[in-house]
Amino acid sequence: MRFAVPIFPGSNCDYDCIHAVEDILGEPVAPVWHHDTDLSSFDAVILPGGFSYGDYLRCGAIARFSPVMAAVKEAAAAGKLVIGICNGFQVLCESGLLPGALMRNNHLKFRCDIQPIRIENNQTPFTCAYENGQVIRIPIAHGEGNYYCDEATLAELKANNQIVFRYAGENPNGSVDDIAGICNKAGNVLGMMPHPERAIFDWMGSDDGKYLFKSMLQYWKENSRAV
Amino acid sequence: MFKATIYVTLKDSVLDPQGVAVKGSLHTLGFEGVRDVRIGKRVEVLLECESRAEAEKQIKELSEKVLSNPVIENFTFELEEVA
Repeated sequence: MRFAVPIFPGSNCDYDCIHAVEDILGEPVAPVWHHDTDLSSFDAVILPGGFSYGDYLRCGAIARFSPVMAAVKEAAAAGKLVIGICNGFQVLCESGLLPGALMRNNHLKFRCDIQPIRIENNQTPFTCAYENGQVIRIPIAHGEGNYYCDEATLAELKANNQIVFRYAGENPNGSVDDIAGICNKAGNVLGMMPHPERAIFDWMGSDDGKYLFKSMLQYWKENSRAV
Repeated sequence: MFKATIYVTLKDSVLDPQGVAVKGSLHTLGFEGVRDVRIGKRVEVLLECESRAEAEKQIKELSEKVLSNPVIENFTFELEEVA
């Protein structure tokens, strides 16, 4: 399974994601520059966290128009797995691959912490190695993680089981319905504010995040070989 | 050449935590009559363009596509011809 990690100017979790794939899965992974336009040789895309283009205008607003994003949209349309973490989640919302938007935390502070997260849907390619209702501990680090969508969109997210993660305990940013991560209707595009790539070994404080990467590989092995 | 001034504001239905914080500090300073504060952005764009109608069309399009996020924001703009 080949992973691409697009790097925008200002991305800063790119190599954490690359190390997570190498260390946990031992699968090939390559950094991809934001000017690249062809991701056809990859099976999955990880949009990393950071501050693409300095978060100018809005988080993810400029990255959305970079050449690599056209290729990410093609990959998503082809059913490949696409995950956006933190700033990557913001980019996915800005680009319309996921509904809603991420706004300033309701308390205006940057929040950096290890946060309990509840698995709300383990029937996705990103969570199939977890149990439904399982509470995992994953770091968060964001100032703009306050997920917002209107009521009609929220009803649709619920009806289609697109809410994949909710904050357990205190909501760290004021997000609608305690949402920490959502997927698209097809289930192959996931956006989440917490950083699973920062929780892959015990010495990091938690290794709960490694099962997200294992889930992706497990799903890919079960679903792509038949092609 | 045209100069457009675009105002991007949060939709009324969207909470503005910055506005709430500023309102709080205005009250602390004694401006007790302040009922609400909403914070937005003002963007100035100089545009080389043939006609006013074309300039309006382009400013509307770039505001919708880039300068604002229609999920959470509205925009208005003013347009003037400059030398």
